[in-house]
Amino acid sequence: MEKFTKHTGIGVPLRQSNVDTDQIIPAVYLKRITRTGFEDALFSAWRKDPSFILNQEPFNAGSVLVAGPDFGTGSSREHAVWALKDYGFKAVLSSRFADIFRGNSGKQGLLAAQVAQDDIELIWKELENAPGTQVTVDLESKTVVCGNIVAPFEIDDYTRWRLLEGLDDIGLTLQHEADITAYEATRPTFKPKTLPAKVS
Amino acid sequence: MAKTLAEKVWDAHVVRKGDGDGANAQPDLLFIDLHLVHEVTSPQAFEGLRLAGRPLRRPDLTIATEDHNTPTLDIDKPIADLTSRTQIQTLRNNCAEFGVRLHSLGDADQGIVHVVGPQLGLTQPGMTVVCGDSHTSTHGAFGALAMGIGTSEVEHVMATQTLSLKPFKTMAINVEGTLRPGVTAKDIILAVIAKIGTGGGQGYVLEYRGSAIRALSMDARMTICNMSIEAGARAGMVAPDETTYEYMKGRPHAPEGADWDAAVEYWNTLKTDDDATFDAQVDLDADTLEPFVTWGTNPGQGVSLSEAVPNPADFGDENAKAAAERALQYMGLEAGTPMKDIRVDTVFLGSCTNSRIEDLRAAADIIRGREKDPKVRMLVVPGSARVRLEAEAEGLDRVFKDFGAEWRFAGCSMCLGMNPDQLEPGERCASTSNRNFEGRQGKGGRTHLVSPVVAAATAVRGTLSSPSDLDPAPESAAIRTDAT
Repeated sequence: MEKFTKHTGIGVPLRQSNVDTDQIIPAVYLKRITRTGFEDALFSAWRKDPSFILNQEPFNAGSVLVAGPDFGTGSSREHAVWALKDYGFKAVLSSRFADIFRGNSGKQGLLAAQVAQDDIELIWKELENAPGTQVTVDLESKTVVCGNIVAPFEIDDYTRWRLLEGLDDIGLTLQHEADITAYEATRPTFKPKTLPAKVS
Repeated sequence: MAKTLAEKVWDAHVVRKGDGDGANAQPDLLFIDLHLVHEVTSPQAFEGLRLAGRPLRRPDLTIATEDHNTPTLDIDKPIADLTSRTQIQTLRNNCAEFGVRLHSLGDADQGIVHVVGPQLGLTQPGMTVVCGDSHTSTHGAFGALAMGIGTSEVEHVMATQTLSLKPFKTMAINVEGTLRPGVTAKDIILAVIAKIGTGGGQGYVLEYRGSAIRALSMDARMTICNMSIEAGARAGMVAPDETTYEYMKGRPHAPEGADWDAAVEYWNTLKTDDDATFDAQVDLDADTLEPFVTWGTNPGQGVSLSEAVPNPADFGDENAKAAAERALQYMGLEAGTPMKDIRVDTVFLGSCTNSRIEDLRAAADIIRGREKDPKVRMLVVPGSARVRLEAEAEGLDRVFKDFGAEWRFAGCSMCLGMNPDQLEPGERCASTSNRNFEGRQGKGGRTHLVSPVVAAATAVRGTLSSPSDLDPAPESAAIRTDAT
């Protein structure tokens, strides 16, 4: 995973709550077996509307999405994170993220920064009044800067550390393989196994 | 120390406690007892293993089935959609390469992953269960800690049979009382979501408790736990009891003999201690609950079926007001319209929420001896091939076919419209599934989430209806009151 320390890019105000993962990427795009190439799928239904924010310059070149509360609800599809990244987003700001989406973002190096709704409102106004305003998201200091607005954001320390270091989860876990093996030896025999297969 | 059910299951699976305390604590490493796999969220994970040269650590704790992409017609023919066919073939190749048990289309144990696990007896109390699918919360009905994970985590579980997780907070959902006839588990969970909102459970594991929950069958408990994710919670649980054991006993992978006794002894400990505390509590009165239905485009936008489409102006919160306005526009609804005046084009009975045998029985009991509104199309999609066989053995397929419904093969189908079962733009559907998001069931499609009995009554009248709105059936088929 690439390290994330600080990013500056055009902010995109998405004035909407409950942006679910079916909106971020509809199921029809989930038939692909690759991990990249989803940029066309991002918000594909909404992008058919010419007035949608990503169809307007300079927002179409944005890389910091500023959304309403409950972003990423619904499906566990990591494709939602892949699509945001493939389009060019590096960070999403919201006052509340769905748990699975936030977890998936952390695994993929997309920064899900939790910003108070009052600050989101200020940032929305700034971005709408001065389209193209750059937003800086600094993971070291956990702050967002947009014009004259400086706002703190929250992210759990473990995810922050992994993003700053660009660490791969599986590699970290396999350092503890002896613990896994020891645990496996203690599992009760009544716990089911899928193999050999039994059917009714 | 007194513990909740969720904490007991969590603690029993800690491979390694995370360093540090409180807010700065690192995640715990938890062992995963069962990993369910399907075609959509696994190809990139298998590819990750291959690229890193890593084996799949525990094929004997892993099982795969084909469900999201599979057609529900002509299943003996090659899948027409080439990308779907490639994805299914990729799963077959990956399972063969990594030694994973797979139930393919045509197999009696093929079906929706969350229907297949419990049906085989692989889902048991006190287990940790994961799957690259958010409705994995379904398995919590057995007192398992079960949650959906993303593809990176799927790969992590494949490689290590563990997950790194930070402890959740716990929330008790207390449902006391007795459900009235025609009111079901689906109405309980829709009412819970409307009450706490789509983000209300975020960061929590929900535990459903109280006399109304204890009175429910396993199929009904699965319906409730299934939609925990729609309240923002990654997992929902019900403590195991005799109902659970009765369901488990004799299933192919249920413990036998001395193992059964040892298992039950352990399972009996899986309840929240009397003096344990939850981080949050929510109460719901089962006695006064009515059939519930959604009017908007997220599962929290619901009302009792006897109410009207709400007015956005009545929402205090600006974001909720804007969301309601947008939802009504998308749904093509006017504020103040009685919900029961809303006419639908399609009725979908299926999905991991409501496609089990009891769901089919409950719907069949409503339509038996009645006629379908001729303008309504009804699709019945059993959750698994085995549920389909069971229904056919009981003659339920005849009831649905005589009524004019389409009797399909098993899969996720119109719940998410990845296969050809989709709504047309503007089409309106009463659906027993779990998500009413914009475009979820097909581009431009409009979804009202309902229970199986409301779905059935709606198919009769053509407008959103509860069973109590129906005239007596000519042959007065008994209406079950214990329906899911």
